[in-house]
Amino acid sequence: MYLAKIYVTYKPSILDPKGESIKAALHRMDYSQVENVTMGKYFELQLAADTKDVDAVVKALCDQLLVNVNMETYRYEIEEVEMA
Amino acid sequence: MIESTMTEPTAKEIQATKLYQSWGMTTEEYTRACRLLDRLPNYTETGLFAVMWSEHCSYKNSKPVLKQFPTTGPQVLQGPGEGAGIVDIGDGQAVVFKAESHNHPSAVEPYEGAATGVGGIIRDIFSMGAQPIAILDSLRFGELNDPRTKYLVSEVVKGIADYGNCIGIPTVGGETTFDASYTANPLVNAMCVGILNQADMQVGQARGEENSIIYVGAKTGRDGIHGATFASEEFSDDNESDRSAVQVGDPFMEKLLMDACLEVIRQHQAALVGIQDMGAAGLVSSSAEMASKAGTGMILNLDQVPTREPNMTPYEMMLSESQERMLLCVRKGYEQEIFDVFAKYELDAVKIGYVTESKQYQLYHQGHLVTDVPVTALVDDAPVYEREKTLPAHLQNPTTTQFQPEIQDFAETVYQLLGQATIASKRAIYETYDSQVKTNTVVKPGGDAAALRIRGTRKALAMTMDGNARYLYLDPKVGGAIAVSEAARNIVATGGQPLAITDCLNFGNPEKPDHFYELAEAAAGMSAACEMLKTPVISGNVSLYNETNGEAIYPTPVVGMVGLIEDLEHITTIDFKKADDLVYVIGQTKDDFNGSEIQKLQAGAISGKLFPFDLAYEQDIQATVLAAIKTGLIQSAHDVSKGGLMTALLESCFAAKTELGLELTWQHPFAWLFAETQSRFVVTVDPKQRLAFEAQVKQAELIGHVSRGTKVTIAGDSQTATIDLPKAKGIFEGSLPCLLK
Amino acid sequence: MRFAVIVFPGSNCDADMYYAVQDQLQAEVTYVPHTATQLNDIDAVLIPGGFSYGDYLRTGAIARFAPIMPAIIDFANNGGLVLGVCNGFQILTEAGLLPGALHENKDLAFICKDVQLTVANPNTPFSNRFEKDEVITLPVAHGEGNYYCDAETLAQLEANHQIVFRYQDNPNGSVADIAGICNERGNVLGMMPHPERAVEAILGNTDGQRLLSSLLQ
Repeated sequence: MYLAKIYVTYKPSILDPKGESIKAALHRMDYSQVENVTMGKYFELQLAADTKDVDAVVKALCDQLLVNVNMETYRYEIEEVEMA
Repeated sequence: MIESTMTEPTAKEIQATKLYQSWGMTTEEYTRACRLLDRLPNYTETGLFAVMWSEHCSYKNSKPVLKQFPTTGPQVLQGPGEGAGIVDIGDGQAVVFKAESHNHPSAVEPYEGAATGVGGIIRDIFSMGAQPIAILDSLRFGELNDPRTKYLVSEVVKGIADYGNCIGIPTVGGETTFDASYTANPLVNAMCVGILNQADMQVGQARGEENSIIYVGAKTGRDGIHGATFASEEFSDDNESDRSAVQVGDPFMEKLLMDACLEVIRQHQAALVGIQDMGAAGLVSSSAEMASKAGTGMILNLDQVPTREPNMTPYEMMLSESQERMLLCVRKGYEQEIFDVFAKYELDAVKIGYVTESKQYQLYHQGHLVTDVPVTALVDDAPVYEREKTLPAHLQNPTTTQFQPEIQDFAETVYQLLGQATIASKRAIYETYDSQVKTNTVVKPGGDAAALRIRGTRKALAMTMDGNARYLYLDPKVGGAIAVSEAARNIVATGGQPLAITDCLNFGNPEKPDHFYELAEAAAGMSAACEMLKTPVISGNVSLYNETNGEAIYPTPVVGMVGLIEDLEHITTIDFKKADDLVYVIGQTKDDFNGSEIQKLQAGAISGKLFPFDLAYEQDIQATVLAAIKTGLIQSAHDVSKGGLMTALLESCFAAKTELGLELTWQHPFAWLFAETQSRFVVTVDPKQRLAFEAQVKQAELIGHVSRGTKVTIAGDSQTATIDLPKAKGIFEGSLPCLLK
Repeated sequence: MRFAVIVFPGSNCDADMYYAVQDQLQAEVTYVPHTATQLNDIDAVLIPGGFSYGDYLRTGAIARFAPIMPAIIDFANNGGLVLGVCNGFQILTEAGLLPGALHENKDLAFICKDVQLTVANPNTPFSNRFEKDEVITLPVAHGEGNYYCDAETLAQLEANHQIVFRYQDNPNGSVADIAGICNERGNVLGMMPHPERAVEAILGNTDGQRLLSSLLQ
């Protein structure tokens, strides 16, 4: 079967208030070297081994549901894995 | 033959290793269980006894104390013992309410602890057949100079907000105070109020041989196992690793569960026999209690229990405190119509067993009988302890004189007081709660009591949660009476007749005589006030062992009260309405400072003998104020509490919809404006009604009038003072957001 | 005139909307469940607030795939009046009936309070009882009402007068103080503030009554 790992974050132009808040906390803890924090979502999807064109399927479901392309961007990795 | 699985210790091993002790059970209690069974209990059975006999489930330490509460009255339809209490409000309707603590889970995982506390109390209300209409919460934290406390506050508040906002029940009131005694042991008490058509009233009973026991809602996981035991133990740094028993809440699931259960209750009355929340001690507690109340027995097949994780043992399934689950008893042959309702909401509903006449509680797992104990042994035969009482050390030789505030600059003292976390505006907290969803909230948070109209009638309900533990610390009995009285004062100031109370009794370890003294005395004081104000106790819970490393919290009973407002016209708010209205204090002011906010501010801590309190006088003042409100003589009313008269007056200025100030004449020492003498209200009266008001309300002292503008001026015999309202309001509103940063 | 209130699992302002229409507008109103696939004899669709499907992925993201949505999209494309409030606004943006998106408030907290709004465009079926630049008060209650769109979209919104309501004192960080926008044709409005909570004097405010009654004209 396939394992798709999908990472979703805000587009760079969008203020990420959670990321900003975490950055501020890190700075208060003296991690001043942290220049930017982005917080996002992570999905793992298991897809059947006989899925055709798995790349297109993952891309389509991201565009349709998992990601709001107005404000979010994503990348993904697809691995072939043994059945769980 | 009662069996154990291969991996579990045998009954003999449990006896030899005293494994039960790690589940909070004493050797005497274990021996008692053996005697009741006339054999050694196996692993699962021992676990069931340990949790059912915990303080949280059995009230074994608090029962003798709770017995003294008045619990009946002509208005009471259901007193303590069911999911929640029920009070008649006329026209075939009733109000259902209960408060519950979730202190220990919130100390460990504040977000989920608080959220699941809200979820649990909501289930208690709809399990009675009532539509939940409001949530209130009472929170106690340490001082805000500690980063962990700031974290606890923000997470607890977010947990309450996220749960209530998502499920769509308004969070309309409550209180938050700060004292060092809660630093390691914060208190999170939540209350839910519901409205019931009396025809829909439910009980959690499993009657009728062969009727089905149906499990509905979320699947069972390994979360929260031994949560009830955990709530019955002190915290110490040694058992840090045991603090893993927190559950995760899902308000979306709960909304579906609530809607589905209410549909079953209203539309499938012929099918439904009983319904109960799976709360503390999960499946064992709910099922055994349903059987106990009906005087029946039960056989459950655990292979049918929907589980979230593989290979769960009977012990784990029975003790799991996974959230958003309910247990139904359904008439034999009617199961499918119940399954159909839950299927519509895409919820699990599974028959897991049936009622028997045997009075035995029997569990089967993978074809084996793994538990066979009398229902009564689990539910009714828990030991009851008459604990010892001794006067706590700090009460042995109290200073009998009242603290005297030092006031150099009166205005400056006022500004300081307004900035104290306990006094300052809680807007930063309550604005994160949806207080208006369902569009019934007439009086929103920020005043005395909240008020919600009852749609389709001229009536409304006033509701509040209150309790000043500082007074109890100095005198648990008088403080207990004040806690009930102050809650009633909130209701009366809003125009309601107090109906009944629910309470959360948050105390230290009852096995320590000085803490048990506090519990027993507080309950005595509360009982006296309940008798005097005719507000019986209809529900509640007890949270003991609120100690960390041997340090207990202040004795903290929190009183949740609901009152009936007979006509929307009677609803009264704290805000001053217009210039020239006359300002009166109803009730005498004295030099009562021990336990006050000003004492804490100036002396750093509260101390001394608490001031006296007269319940008969309190009752008289409350009756007078409510009568004046109903006669239409009152423009605004506000209960005088923490911070004294000055705080109450300023809050009424801040709440005004236009720019209004005050011109006061004060014949007493200025310091008395900070006194916390009980049994007082501030009211305003239209000058046209002066004569009528003064004729009706003899206990009123005229202290000035509302003015246009941005100042409060106070003129005394030898002294004057001026408060700048924009500055004062800036401190009052700005303090908490600043302290929380 | 016949109104439909759409009910998704997790909607929680559905009854408020229903009562506002029935008791205050005294118009005919019916609940339409998420599982329906048609809107029969409906003149206006109201999508209420709440947390549809728990809003666990993104607000409105899952509701957009509910069985009723194609019917709502057809209804809107044929010029039918659609009002989405709060979660309803979020669903309309996810469904592509309105541009942009709504994300977390800038202060990361849910906020429930009265806000003042400026009526930026009184010439829509939803705002025709207001004057241009009139200031009205409505309650907000949301955690994710921070409206975002890119600069190009914003320029289009401005040029087409699609911004209907703006915050006087922006509570959530929305671009251009946007509290409510309509589509280009003007028949679909999404807004974060709750008009259905402001329809009775006893609740302290009736500005929402004026907004909802605009639909009757």
